[in-house]
Amino acid sequence: MTTRWLGAPIKRNEDPRLLVGQGLFVDDVQLPGMLHAVVLRSPHAHARILRIDVRRALEHPDVLLVLTHADLPPSLREPLPKLIPHPDLKHHKTQYTLAPDKVRHVGEPVAFVVATSRYAAEDAAELIEVDYEPLPAVVDLEDAAAGRPALVHEDIGTNVAAHSVQRVGDYEAARARADLVLARRFVVDRGCASPMETRGVVAQWDPRARQLTVWDSTQAPIPIRNGLAALFGLAQKDVRVIAPDVGGGFGPKIMMFYPEEVLVPLAAMRLGRPVKWIEDRREHFVATNHERTQIHHAEIALDREGHILGVRTVFLHDAGAYIPYGLIVPIVAECTLPGPYRIPNYHAEFRAVFTNKTIVSPYRGAGRPHGVFVMERLLDLAARELGMDRAEIRRRNFIQPHEFPYDVGLIYQDNAPLVYDSGNYPAALERALEAVDYPRWPEEKARYRAQGRRVGLGFACYVEGSGIGPYEGCRVTVEPSGKVYVATGVGTQGQGHFTSLAQVVAEALGVDVRDVHVVTGDTGAFGWGTGTFASRAAVVAGSAVHLAAQAVRQKALQVAASLLEASPEDLELADGQVRVRGAPSRSVSLGEVARAANPLRGVIPSEWEGPGLEATRYFAPPRGTFSHGVHAALVEVDPETATLRFLRYVVVHDCGTILNPLILDGQIHGGVAQGIGGSFFERLVYDDSGQLLSGSFMDFHIPTAVEIPEIEVIHQETPSPLNPIGAKGAGEGGVIPVPALVAQAIEDALDDLELEILRMPLHPDALFELIQKATRRGS
Amino acid sequence: MKPPVFDYQDPASVEEAVDVLARHGAAAKVLAGGQSLVPLLNLRLARPEVVVDINRIDALDYLTEESGWLRVGARVRQRRLEREGDVRRTVPLLAEAVRFVGHPQIRNRGTVCGSLAHADPAAELPAAAVAVGARLVAHSRSGIREIPAEEFFTGPLTTALRPDELLVEARFPCTGPDWGWAFLEVSNRHGDYALCGVAAGVRARDGRVQDARLAYAGAGPVPVRLRQAEVALVEHADLEEGIRAAAAEARRVLRPDGDLHASSEFRRHLAAVLTARALRLAWSRASTCSGGAHA
Ligand SMILES: Cc1cc2nc3c(=O)[nH]c(=O)nc-3n(C[C@H](O)[C@H](O)[C@H](O)COP(=O)(O)OP(=O)(O)OC[C@H]3O[C@@H](n4cnc5c(N)ncnc54)[C@H](O)[C@@H]3O)c2cc1C
Repeated sequence: MTTRWLGAPIKRNEDPRLLVGQGLFVDDVQLPGMLHAVVLRSPHAHARILRIDVRRALEHPDVLLVLTHADLPPSLREPLPKLIPHPDLKHHKTQYTLAPDKVRHVGEPVAFVVATSRYAAEDAAELIEVDYEPLPAVVDLEDAAAGRPALVHEDIGTNVAAHSVQRVGDYEAARARADLVLARRFVVDRGCASPMETRGVVAQWDPRARQLTVWDSTQAPIPIRNGLAALFGLAQKDVRVIAPDVGGGFGPKIMMFYPEEVLVPLAAMRLGRPVKWIEDRREHFVATNHERTQIHHAEIALDREGHILGVRTVFLHDAGAYIPYGLIVPIVAECTLPGPYRIPNYHAEFRAVFTNKTIVSPYRGAGRPHGVFVMERLLDLAARELGMDRAEIRRRNFIQPHEFPYDVGLIYQDNAPLVYDSGNYPAALERALEAVDYPRWPEEKARYRAQGRRVGLGFACYVEGSGIGPYEGCRVTVEPSGKVYVATGVGTQGQGHFTSLAQVVAEALGVDVRDVHVVTGDTGAFGWGTGTFASRAAVVAGSAVHLAAQAVRQKALQVAASLLEASPEDLELADGQVRVRGAPSRSVSLGEVARAANPLRGVIPSEWEGPGLEATRYFAPPRGTFSHGVHAALVEVDPETATLRFLRYVVVHDCGTILNPLILDGQIHGGVAQGIGGSFFERLVYDDSGQLLSGSFMDFHIPTAVEIPEIEVIHQETPSPLNPIGAKGAGEGGVIPVPALVAQAIEDALDDLELEILRMPLHPDALFELIQKATRRGS
Repeated sequence: MKPPVFDYQDPASVEEAVDVLARHGAAAKVLAGGQSLVPLLNLRLARPEVVVDINRIDALDYLTEESGWLRVGARVRQRRLEREGDVRRTVPLLAEAVRFVGHPQIRNRGTVCGSLAHADPAAELPAAAVAVGARLVAHSRSGIREIPAEEFFTGPLTTALRPDELLVEARFPCTGPDWGWAFLEVSNRHGDYALCGVAAGVRARDGRVQDARLAYAGAGPVPVRLRQAEVALVEHADLEEGIRAAAAEARRVLRPDGDLHASSEFRRHLAAVLTARALRLAWSRASTCSGGAHA
């Protein structure tokens, strides 16, 4: 019997190692003679630097190096690279390694201190004197867009970095025909990822070999290697970047560069000793990228039956102080907004605006929660206005299963047309509604009400763009031991790639998944690739792994055919053996085949394409693939204390072919938890001077196991036709619709009040205010 | 997030400890569970020259009942209040309030006296101490004095303790017959400091409130006891009317500060809501099990 590996709920290969503390995170890297660095950061949101005096720090006996902007080599005095340009991004301002003459957000690096211990480095950093001339801080997004109260970058004469418009059809004409037009202002506020492992970098320079090795808690080791080679004038082959076990990424760890990623190698090269920098949690809150603030003025036009005629959204996107990552988040937001619905006329327009706050780049969801929040809220409000059931209005507008591929008419973040590849939107909603027994909800709700309890039902639909290009690659090698080694450039931050990618190989080669060893995130092991982002690893790297494994399979059949004197068509791979179908005694182990493929003498047939049981393949998808789903939840609201409790949470999730349902459930659970955090608990609050008031876990409230309900997952599988394994991305579906759902559920629970939730995240204080201001319906 | 340089002393007796405190005065800081002090050190918000670790003083590790008082030595961890069954009987309010303090990991280390000495205005144990009328025992080279809880808390993170004094014990009067107690709070997540917390006690006899206690966490610079509300409860023959009057009193009198988590207005509202809820709960406990013991 051949065991099926793909799609099986296999426990993770990496867990035993991680659970007993044998993981290798950046802070686990200990090298002889290693030094420790700290960054002196701006305490001001906006200020001119008048003077920096580092003499007293340099006098500290344990200090070896202090760097300010003036001490940097010319290539590092320039702004750091522009990551993703876009024609609409007129002012692509990027961050500095160390601030030259002005600081633009609290936490911006001003000086870098290297000492024999972290303690001494922190002591010395306190001895650096910096004279600042504070400038008015640009905090409020709408003010910022109007150039008030100051300019973040004076030389461009505006705070608006980009203005971008995308149109489908003619919204104005649709509006003129409409029976109902509804307009609202929606706000989605700042949030941030909180990986267990903060950022960290260790660098080691070998002056004789002239080779640089960097351990970096990054999601994109290969681009970091390429960038470091360029900045330091080294060959790419002489720079090795290792992203070991990364303790959570969620988006912000794909940047190029965070200043420390340049400063630590620079210091190691200057001093000829290894240097370590580990971001502490306080730094993380101000120095690792944030996401989320957008203000949407959105409008929906419908006919009397609830058919959408058109949607318009005009929004501001808060980019923070610099915009290295370009326009990805607002583009993803506007492209996610249409979701599973047919929207014949759509106008999306945004301005990306500089503010004196931490830089913004994608964080799990990356604009998708914003788009879904706006769209789902508009539908909820429209349904209420039309006296229509909120499920029914969605049913009437769904793209139907026979309409794929479906061209939305927009250009997506990968600069390719936004074309949905496959899906079944109506079925997903019906499954969710059935799971929560929607038809009986009114009675159920009345029953709660009779007990004096306010419980609301919320649900929300989304489509998740995922699995974009350009490419990933993989090398699969079978060694004479029979063990299989897989190397890919896509990094891993806890998503289970050591198992799910191994399953793809095990399936192709008929070996036990525990005999497949995956190496990722080490440029020394595989040097081509872009990184783990946009829910693309399983899709793009997974497909490359599949292609490489299939190539190895073909070769194994070829080589074994000559060993077994059979024709390749009569052979099968199972249990680590190649055997003649129907005659299992005629077999040879995969390890023996590997040995035979690499003879010491003799001839290698030209069909083998070289020695060894090894193949390298690349996969470059034509465009992204689109997952989708529906979340539904019962939420109890205590209107007197303005607090929430989730009673039930159901996720219907369709990400095409499932590689491993256990790992997939884990992705969904974590996503929902982060979504709940970003809907009701976690808040980044700034004061008028641009100081972050909630910059610690005491004030930034990540929900715990007490706040997160049990999550029921229902899988639906509509494979993608765009890749050989049929997979779609699963990294973000857990998080995307949560704000929309929470808003709907609260409104449902408090439906005797005239109350609209147009802002996320909420928190008890904000909900209290809404309840206080609300009037009773019908009064 | 590394502390600046400090000197470390770990005396083995109270006498030694107060000697060290006498020598260094305000330059010294006592280290008990470290759950508040260590974060302050790491954030460099506290910069003591000397840290006086009292964890080696075995003589301060006692939790005993004696002549109507529960005596809690300075090394007793918060977790013991919830673990040791007797506390539920002797000072039920304390057993209930302590469960709102952080998480089990925090309470396994944090001490009862440390929480009182730290005097966070939103902390649970100080409010409970004020509600039941605890007395705090301070030891210094010049002797021992007892400070009533209501005089102990003088402002946010400040107490009547002098720099040379060690808080060696907190004494809580055991609950009297016919009393019922309740602690309720609202926080954003379970385990956070309270947005507002209420400690309530009522003594029920013949269907009437004979006596009452109300103290608040997160409703002012120090834990606040609301005597007017207590009086209102006793004066009203009708329980619900009394509760409404007490809640109204809380809303009228309390002047909590607003912060990023809750406006002053929201905190006052919560104080009123929780006053009513806690009183009803305390009442039900007082009238069902005289003596106030409950799980
Ligand atoms: C994650 C987290 C969550 C928390 N949540 C809560 C919460 O919800 N509610 C709450 O009330 N607390 C909370 N705390 C604080 C916790 O209760 C602390 O344990 C308590 O505030 C201090 O007690 P400690 O024994 O740890 O004291 P330490 O941290 O050692 O000391 C605190 C202060 O008290 C002084 N001190 C301590 N003992 C004495 C003594 N015997 N004599 C004189 N001075 C002394 C110290 O010098 C210091 O200034 C939390 C802490 C953490 C880390």
